[in-house]
Amino acid sequence: MTEWLLDGLLVFALLVTAVATLWSRDLFRAVVIFIAFGLLMALAWVRLRAPDLALAEAAIGAGLTGVLLLDAVRHLKSGRSGRSGPRPEPEAEESKGGVSG
Amino acid sequence: MRRSVGIRAVAGVCLAFVIALGLAVLGIAETPAHVDLPELLLESMGQSGVEHPVTAVLLNFRSYDTLLEIGVLVIAGIAGISVSRTTSLEDPELRTSDSLLYALQRWFVPLMLVLAGYLLWAGADRPGGAFQAGAVLAATGVMMRLGGIPMDFLRPGILLRLGLALGFAVFLLIALASAIGGEAFLAYPPAVAKQLIILIETVLTLSIAMVLLALFVSAPVNRAAEPGEGESP
Amino acid sequence: MSASLLYALAGVALCGIGLFGFITLAHLLRKLLAFNLIGSGVFLVLVGLAQRHGEPDPVPQALVLTGIVVAIAATALAVVLIRRYFHLSGHTTLRAETPERVPGRLKPQTRGDNPE
Repeated sequence: MTEWLLDGLLVFALLVTAVATLWSRDLFRAVVIFIAFGLLMALAWVRLRAPDLALAEAAIGAGLTGVLLLDAVRHLKSGRSGRSGPRPEPEAEESKGGVSG
Repeated sequence: MRRSVGIRAVAGVCLAFVIALGLAVLGIAETPAHVDLPELLLESMGQSGVEHPVTAVLLNFRSYDTLLEIGVLVIAGIAGISVSRTTSLEDPELRTSDSLLYALQRWFVPLMLVLAGYLLWAGADRPGGAFQAGAVLAATGVMMRLGGIPMDFLRPGILLRLGLALGFAVFLLIALASAIGGEAFLAYPPAVAKQLIILIETVLTLSIAMVLLALFVSAPVNRAAEPGEGESP
Repeated sequence: MSASLLYALAGVALCGIGLFGFITLAHLLRKLLAFNLIGSGVFLVLVGLAQRHGEPDPVPQALVLTGIVVAIAATALAVVLIRRYFHLSGHTTLRAETPERVPGRLKPQTRGDNPE
């Protein structure tokens, strides 16, 4: 019975985070929820008795993809890109701005 | 008005797709499988050279899929580094102003390298293997990059190309060697299967980490002012 | 109906959500997220359906392991392409072609477009 509860809750959480990541207003928040989705997928692989997949999903789906997408969001939000503009501010300030956004 | 009708139509189509797929899945679940793969697998595990079934499938029974997969990764890596331009790796902008990251790096990087090595080695008889180790290795490289450590091997040059191509090249070489030796393509001689698998997994780890790292490093700034490699400024 | 089958059906739902998002969302990065959701859904279906009797089956697990790594490489390549497109055009969405296209003009008419 408790196993059904666990699986049911995990499936529900997967679907909710999937919807939330696609339709959240802020792009940064969407990526953060996507990282959470990756971690929930790692849990799902554990429940499906696939430890290799859980390892890979935790390292790749939650770790690498998250960093990649966060960097992309910061770059895409910085306005007009590339063409010679002022140097962007140092990393710490940017990331603080991103967190409060 | 037209837009909302469009969205409703798409929603209807997706719902129909989900229902059809769900019914198909339930239908397949009813029918028994013709071949019991896990049982077949357990019988042949002795000849594979490793004890962990997933590793045996990846590196021996279905090694052709893995060969093609590393080929796809190399192509993606080549496409990524050819599209973008990297800033100078000694760019002071890359030096992190976050002192916590700078301090933690000294601890994390060696730990993660050891973890990657362990995952690679453990793949023989427990969950682990080339893919997980390659991912952790790539994550180590990303962390070093974020911390502002310039990594010379990521400059466009011979080391980058060697790293990208090594996994696929070695794997292909071993695959062809057995074909030239008279047996089937990719058939390892059972006596040296374990050693071959270890060799292939090691170079695969390096190549996977290199491809992922190259794609990450290529991602940052694309400033049109900088000439790409081979172009005149 | 075993627990693994429940995950397979969750994978089907993820495919549907991802497909809907992929078609309707305009921002390229969101399309990329939706595409990844479709991929995760497919992986759940593969493993959940094969293991519906509860026995771990190494073959689909190996295939999905390969799939996860290829998916991240494809996502990274897509991010490089999106950033390049943004760098060249300043847009983060693909603009539909206007009906009257002036020959020789590269970019169609754009209304005031903000990057998000």
